[in-house]
Amino acid sequence: MELLSFLADGILLSLQPLNLALIIIGVTVGLFIGAMPGLGAVNGVAILLPITFLVPPGSAIIFLSAIYYGAMYGGAISSVTLGIPGASTAVATTFDGRPLALKGRASLALVTAALASFVGGTVATVLLTLFTPILATTALSFGPPEIFALMLLAFATFVGLGGDDIPKTIFSICLGLVLAAVGFDTISGEPRLVLFEIEGFMRGIGFIVLAIGVYGIGEMLWTMEQTRGEVTTTNPKMTAKGLISDSKEAARRGWRGTMIGSAIGFFVGILPAAGATPGSLMSYGVAKMLSKKPEEYGNGSVDGVSAPESANNSASTGAMLPMLTLGIPGSPTTAILLGGMVIWGLVPGPRLFIEETEFVWGLIGSFYISNIVAVVINLACIPLFVWMLRMPFTILAPLIFVLSIIGGYAASRSIHDLWLIVVFGIAAFVMRKFDYPLAPAVLAIVLGPIAEPTLRQSLLLSSGDPMIFFTRPIAGPITVIAIILILLPALKYLRRKRSVA
Amino acid sequence: MRQGEISLVGVLALFSMYLMWKSTELSVGYISGQGPGGGFWPFWLALGMLLSCLASAWKWWRAKSPFSQSDEPFLDSFGWRTLLHVGGSVVVFVALISVVSMYGAVAIFLFYYLRFLGRHSWFLTLTMSLLLPAGLFFFFEGVMLISMPQGMSFTQPVFDLLYDIIY
Repeated sequence: MELLSFLADGILLSLQPLNLALIIIGVTVGLFIGAMPGLGAVNGVAILLPITFLVPPGSAIIFLSAIYYGAMYGGAISSVTLGIPGASTAVATTFDGRPLALKGRASLALVTAALASFVGGTVATVLLTLFTPILATTALSFGPPEIFALMLLAFATFVGLGGDDIPKTIFSICLGLVLAAVGFDTISGEPRLVLFEIEGFMRGIGFIVLAIGVYGIGEMLWTMEQTRGEVTTTNPKMTAKGLISDSKEAARRGWRGTMIGSAIGFFVGILPAAGATPGSLMSYGVAKMLSKKPEEYGNGSVDGVSAPESANNSASTGAMLPMLTLGIPGSPTTAILLGGMVIWGLVPGPRLFIEETEFVWGLIGSFYISNIVAVVINLACIPLFVWMLRMPFTILAPLIFVLSIIGGYAASRSIHDLWLIVVFGIAAFVMRKFDYPLAPAVLAIVLGPIAEPTLRQSLLLSSGDPMIFFTRPIAGPITVIAIILILLPALKYLRRKRSVA
Repeated sequence: MRQGEISLVGVLALFSMYLMWKSTELSVGYISGQGPGGGFWPFWLALGMLLSCLASAWKWWRAKSPFSQSDEPFLDSFGWRTLLHVGGSVVVFVALISVVSMYGAVAIFLFYYLRFLGRHSWFLTLTMSLLLPAGLFFFFEGVMLISMPQGMSFTQPVFDLLYDIIY
């Protein structure tokens, strides 16, 4: 019960005028930054960090976390309206958010994203409140083999879902993983896969380059060619009544995805190596797997939007756990938050909860408030975002191209990467014409930098014995499930042949 | 489409073999005491890519995939025109960034697209081509403190003026 009184104090602290104002400003700024392709929470947090020296440390971290939250909500906006994931955390939202928008249900997609994000964030905050000490120990017991097994599971959910062309899906995943390996080999420090000896590749290929190329340029070319340039989106008038009916529909059709996403997102988020991105992608895969209508996914399923959106908010909250309790940042954004805390003289770790109770609980209390403020502002701005879609396609298209290129440069600061965006865009267009799924490649390029080091570390731990993935108590079951999922299409195929014979 | 699919599979297979070869620059096997070598991960993955290409080629040969049964052209004339005009304009856009600065390239790209591809009025074209780069400048350079390429030296006076405004 002491816990609840700490929490109550924390919530009251975050409702103080200065803190509340900072939450509102932070969430709004985060929303707009997250909505911009190429910019993410990390940009907002990094730029605004110096401003926080003007306020007490407790208020400062509340402000930065509010930006972080706002950006998580914001990422969905460009995914749905422009079809370009605002950040890696919003990639899975494009799979079903964009088709919904093209069918004229953009406001439903955005409302679903907002509500799912709210539920995901709240669930995670509650879990964080209740289970912080226990979770810290669990998170520590996840070593490289466990994390690699988890990555294998993530890929397996994409392969084993059936329906898509399996060789082409596998090609896509392997391509993404190899592209992730370009640059410097982190373990030996030597340059690797410097394609065609072009020096620009030494910096590696960033996720955002592939994502903007595929979803910005490639997607636009595809849409234009498919619709013969006549893209019309029917837009119902945005009224308060429309918003309410959309909310009801979102709740009715999206609750399963929201539950799955909140649970998986939080769990993945608390692991030091993984965060909102793998969390949202895995939630999508699992939600599709558990769904009674998997064929709807990719064509505008409401669960397909609610699962990744609730997961990415849930995971971002979860990612605070290793940062606060272990001092291990789970993502670039939490790394900056950690840096800020250190500058302000706050040392993360178990002692933080004892020595700086007011700070920690003020922060956790602010998550609840940020969540509420974020969903209100998000919902209020939805008419604005939908209005953007009413622009004629011949104006929207060049805007998207411009935002893709300028956003791409903002993220990578390299002309070489801009050329890569164009190349990926054209290649994505061609591959898509022949039904090569590109989402697995995007998933792979994000998870590759986590999967490869953990594989190598695991093999090093076991001196080359691959059985380590099966013999460890946590890694074992995860690996087995992953392998079953990968083999599922082959088993289905054999069963079909046998029944025909 | 039939020829298109097998051509694409061929190109991707060649690319996979290139990647396999490139991976061997670092050790591909297991180095005792250090774990798998640097080339291990990409090599076996590139092999996976090659095997998937072979599987796709096999499917094409057995005429199982929808594309191998289709006689339609890869792109009709509208498609080629789209690829050329739109894709081409994006390529030129990126090429111009190093010459006339990011904002200059945005202006020229918007002008070309809105006027010639979108057939919009001069008023709309000119307004957007001038206002949007200006807006982006103030957002990226002024607010986010992210500087964009300035192109060649002749753009310097313009930037000096703009920097004077924001700082």
